[in-house]
This record gives sequence, C-alpha cells and structure tokens, in this order.
Amino acid sequence: MRNKIITAQQAVDLIPDGATIMMGGFVGCGSALSVIDALSKSGKGHFHTIHNDSSKMNGPDGDEYYSWAKMIHNGQIEGYIGSHLGTNPEAVEKWASGELKVDLVPQGSLAEMIRAGGAGLGGVITPTGVGTLVEDSPLVRGKVNYDGKDYLVMKPLRADVALIGAYKVDKLGNVWYKGSAQNFNRVMATAADIVIVEAEHLVEVGEIEPENVMTPGILVDYIVVREGK
Amino acid sequence: MEKSLIKPFIAKRVAQEFTDGMVVNLGIGLPVLCTSFLPEGIHVTVHSELGIVGQGPAPDEANADPMHIVDAGGSPSSIVAGGAFTDSAESFGLIRGGHVDAVVLGGLEVDQEGGLANWIIPGKRMPGMGGAMDLLVGAKKVIVAMEHTAKGNPKILKKCRLPYTAINCVNMIVTEMGVMDVTPEGIVLREYNPEFTVEQIQAATEAELIISPDLKPMA
Repeated sequence: MRNKIITAQQAVDLIPDGATIMMGGFVGCGSALSVIDALSKSGKGHFHTIHNDSSKMNGPDGDEYYSWAKMIHNGQIEGYIGSHLGTNPEAVEKWASGELKVDLVPQGSLAEMIRAGGAGLGGVITPTGVGTLVEDSPLVRGKVNYDGKDYLVMKPLRADVALIGAYKVDKLGNVWYKGSAQNFNRVMATAADIVIVEAEHLVEVGEIEPENVMTPGILVDYIVVREGK
Repeated sequence: MEKSLIKPFIAKRVAQEFTDGMVVNLGIGLPVLCTSFLPEGIHVTVHSELGIVGQGPAPDEANADPMHIVDAGGSPSSIVAGGAFTDSAESFGLIRGGHVDAVVLGGLEVDQEGGLANWIIPGKRMPGMGGAMDLLVGAKKVIVAMEHTAKGNPKILKKCRLPYTAINCVNMIVTEMGVMDVTPEGIVLREYNPEFTVEQIQAATEAELIISPDLKPMA
C-alpha cells in the first residue's frame, strides 16, 4: 500500500502558484488548519480559492487570523468563489477595493456545484437565485423553464487541489468527520485533482468501520496529521 | 414602542406560528429568539443550514466545542438528543427539497409581491447571501421578522429597491406594528398592535395595506 502520509510542508510543496484550491470548512470550522497555516507562510500566491466563507479573526485555535483568513490577510488570494464574506470585515474591504475578485453564489448552489464537479455532472439546475443578481454571475450557464418553473443552470466546479479537514483518517485515507465539521469537506473531496486530508488523528485501517466511512479513501491522495494545533 | 422591547415582542408573536413537530430554520439575530417563546407543549426541530438537524442552544464555555460544532454564524453551538449532522449538500437538499417547514429571517425591504431584500446594500454592506437565497426558495413558509421601519422610513414597499434575495417568496411579515400576510392581491393586515392605529401602520408602510375583515389585536 502506497504511503500517503506527508507533512504540512510537503503538502504545500504540491500546490503551485496560481492553483485553484478548494478548502473545506465553515467559518474555519473543519478546515485543514496546519496545511493552510503552512501555505499562508509559503510566499506562494495568485490562488483562486473556493470555500464557503471568509473565515474570521481570533480563531478557537488561538490564531489571530483563523484558517484561510490568513491567506486573505496576506493577499495570496486573487479570486474567490463562495457564498459569504460577512464574518471577516477585512475580506469585505478587499472585495470593495477590488483587491479580491469575488464571485458569490448561494450556499446551497455552491455545495451542489462542487458535488456536480465531483460527480461528473454538467451543471446544477436550481430555482435558487432566480430574479436576483446571481443571474448575472459568470458561474451561471443560463436560465431554463421546466414545467412552468424557472431555474438557473449553474456550472460545475472543480479544483487543482482540495484541502480537507477531518477528525480521523486511517492509513488508506478513509475519513470520519466530527460534529458539524463535515460541511463542505465531503463534496470537495470528490472534486479536485489532488485531495489532501488533514486529520486530528491517524488510525489503523479497520478502526473506522466501513459503514462509518464518510469519505472513501480512494478519493484521498495524501494525508497530513495535524501539526501544532 | 420602547426600542429594547421590540425584538422580543416580534419573536414572541412569530413563535405562535409554530406547531408541534415543525422543522424550522431561524436566521441570526431576532429570529433565533423565537425558540425562547415557544408556546406550552410545542416542540420544534431547529435546522441549521451548515448541517445540523436538531440544533440546541448556544453552549456555555465549558461545554463548547468550537473546533467541531458551530452554528451558521460560526459561533459554538450544540445538538439535541436525537439530532443529526449532515454535510452541506444534504443540508441544502433538505432546504430546497421542502423538508424545512418554516424559515424566519430578518429583512431590509419586503415588497407587496413577496420579494425580499436582505443580503446586500451595494457599496455599503456586502456580506454575501450565504444560505438565505436557498432558504427563501425552499422553505414551505417564509416569515419575515423585522422592525416595521428603518430610521422612520418604510421597509414594506411596493417594490424592493435593494437587490432581491428572492422574489415571490415571503408568506408572512411580523413587525412591532402588526402581522401581515402576503397574498396574490397584496399585503393583508390581519393583526395590529393596539399601541398603533391602522392609519399609523399604513403611514409607516409604502405598500397599500389591505385591511382584513377579521382584523384583530396582536395577542
């Protein structure tokens, strides 16, 4: 069996400048904290990122900028696709000043667009966003009417790299998430060319019962055990 | 009405719309207060769009697990016995699929065609829509809970001037002045706060109110 275990720094080495990166997590909760921390110190940038929100200040891990809020602060992100910036005033300022290019989509559409990207679907047909500014988004393919109801056709999303935050992972990459921390992680683990799981605990194969595997290990290319958090 | 009393007053009235066993999603701020005013014997399941079915109250510091359980605003949260965690795709499937009975949200503007604006004031306040657009489109009943005016200016309009969060979505509006239903004919005032006259309520409303023949005081 191939050894998937690498360090946070080795994970950063896999991510080139300008990469499109999906990051699972919700206001930082459930994100790959040590890989993102190492990435924020790497000097790399021009990233295009996909994550639900802009995270926040004063993380529960004790860091001043929580999770990808560090990358926003450092100006490493050029373009962002997500649903919400309001938890991080700095992100809103950077959007307003034009420093951060933002494409907002509704949160449920975002989840399905990523799912579609990972599941081989050509788009998502959703009633959400009809009659709103979302209709003008470059991520909308068009508007259709089926059975008398209007829908927007949203593009599928994929990324070069997905950074997944987990509680437990076995050595094959099978994942179990704790609490509400699964959020966007499960869909993102299906929708990137390189999938890196950072987990709080590494366990032996078989310790996570097959019925309880939430992301199958076949989707996972690399494993990082959380460092210094 | 005294400012500090307005939010609990509105939340208490909204809570009367809940029936036993309902699945409800409550926006941040005023809407989450509703669970404090549930009528005797009424139990609801609170859905939180980041993936909690059966959300519990905000925990004290000793019981908080902010690395693993947060609410839709990113603050520590909890789950009740019998609850379930889902991922984001399934959570929004529950919303759009009509499995959430009611959503209670605040509003910046509501119009007589049931349009709601609450996600952006271009150039001024730009947090993003988060899950609001899906909730408005998917929930079976949409209740807007908000103060009737903003700095004296009407928020219930003929047509929203701010960008829409969703069109044709609002079923009911509860403010400190009254309870209104959004119908195909327009906005029907069906309950009023006796601290105000119907004329005062209309004067604080841009949309033309249809006065229900069964108009009664807010209980």
